[in-house]
Amino acid sequence: MQPPSSSQVNHLIEHLFRRESGKMIAVLTRLLGFDSFEVAQDIVQDTLLKAMVTWSYGRLPDNPSAWLYRVAKNRAIDHLRRERNFQKIGSAYSQQLQQDLKVDPAINDMFLDNEIQDSQLRMMFACCHPFIPVESQIALVLKTLCGLSVHEIANAFLTTHDAVTKRIYRAKEKIIQQKIQLEVPPANLLNSRLQTVLQSLYLLFNEGYNSSHPEQLIREDLCEAAMRLCQILSEQTFTNIPETRAFLSLMCFQFSRFQSRVDDKGNIVILKYQDRSLWNRAFIQRGFDYLNAAAEGNHFSAYHLEAAIASLHAAAPSFDQTDWKTVYHLYDILYTLKPGPVVALNKAIASAYAVSRQAALDSLTQIQGLENHYLYYASLGEMYLELNKKEEAKKYFTRAKALTGSRIEQSLLQKKITECN
Amino acid sequence: MFIFQGGMSSSEELSPETMQQSMNKWMAWIEQLRKAGKYVAGEPLMLGGKCIEGKERVITDGPFAEGKEVVGGFFIVNAENYDEALALAQDYPDFDLDGKVQIRQIMKM
Repeated sequence: MQPPSSSQVNHLIEHLFRRESGKMIAVLTRLLGFDSFEVAQDIVQDTLLKAMVTWSYGRLPDNPSAWLYRVAKNRAIDHLRRERNFQKIGSAYSQQLQQDLKVDPAINDMFLDNEIQDSQLRMMFACCHPFIPVESQIALVLKTLCGLSVHEIANAFLTTHDAVTKRIYRAKEKIIQQKIQLEVPPANLLNSRLQTVLQSLYLLFNEGYNSSHPEQLIREDLCEAAMRLCQILSEQTFTNIPETRAFLSLMCFQFSRFQSRVDDKGNIVILKYQDRSLWNRAFIQRGFDYLNAAAEGNHFSAYHLEAAIASLHAAAPSFDQTDWKTVYHLYDILYTLKPGPVVALNKAIASAYAVSRQAALDSLTQIQGLENHYLYYASLGEMYLELNKKEEAKKYFTRAKALTGSRIEQSLLQKKITECN
Repeated sequence: MFIFQGGMSSSEELSPETMQQSMNKWMAWIEQLRKAGKYVAGEPLMLGGKCIEGKERVITDGPFAEGKEVVGGFFIVNAENYDEALALAQDYPDFDLDGKVQIRQIMKM
């Protein structure tokens, strides 16, 4: 047997297994029925295991993805043949399979590129079904569509293996109880169901953007997963609504700054001190493209506003030259759409530069509901520091430091505390 | 000859990402051995198998129950002596997964 050459090794795309596993699970789940998503997962796991063992010894196929799909498909067909009770097979395919035991043509069709995407889309709607609790939705999306293991999900959300298993179990219960199918919702429900999907992806991106993980501030993989899935939504006519594009725009802008948010020692660099030349121009450009494409009709959403705010930061040559007045104004409108302490906090911070530090401080002290949030105290500290009231500043930074579990954030706050001395 | 026991093929609940990383390490290791002209051949072995033993030719599913002991595959490498073979085996990627390498010399007739 010929060992692989280095070009072959390089040919294997980064995260190929993770990406393909998500797609394969979606396709196989469509074939086997949503209530059998765990069978689909097992088949995919076995397939990857087989690939790992044989490829490791140098048997890298010409087209690794096609190899994976072929093996997974054959295993799924074996599984179907073993399942005598065709009633168990979900979706419209059960009837087709019953009538026609030559299953292959129907199955083959599912492995076409556009059908793979369609399966992923159905999977997104099913995982983010309103009957499934939000926590479980996200765990399910990560497990099935993003190819993360329970261990990796637990790690990303700072929780235990058992807790994630429970979340997935709860989702499975709901899928069975409510007979949730792997399908795109009918037109009259599409919009509201799409909102749930977007919200779930928003939370996923958020977790990646500012991870609660003690050692990792940014989990790019989670952000990429959210972006990739949203991209699929934007490529299908009926899910490509202005909100989808606005959300993609927002994610592109946020993603563009990742490199500058942490320095080479792993410390946080706040917006004010970020090296703007490190911002990824290609992502900023995409952000603007999606934002323009989102400006359609007279409907605008919170995603539009958040993307617009992000665009102002992206366009500003420096922190001081940022159009803070417009940022503040946009937060003001956002607050009417999404009233809540987090938006109020951001609005207050914007007012520091759009109006005055004192105005910001006054608004900050009126916010309720963030008593356990480090960011609230860190912002108060920052305002006091800018007003040169070091004693108060120090008090709030200390409080903030005690509330965050992130080592990186703690070190930034410690630096601030030292500044107050 | 390197005989690989345990390691990746016996680990449960590997995530797709971990599997690919492990695989990349194996490929890099083979590549490195090959470039140095040390690699001769290698094959993975399927999991499971049969055992036949004794006068009665009793057939069993073999002593494959213990994941850690399962032989996952082998390499044949060119090495002058055991010291060199031991050095070549240092980069075996699955030590972290509790894998084990048995090193044996092939008898030349």
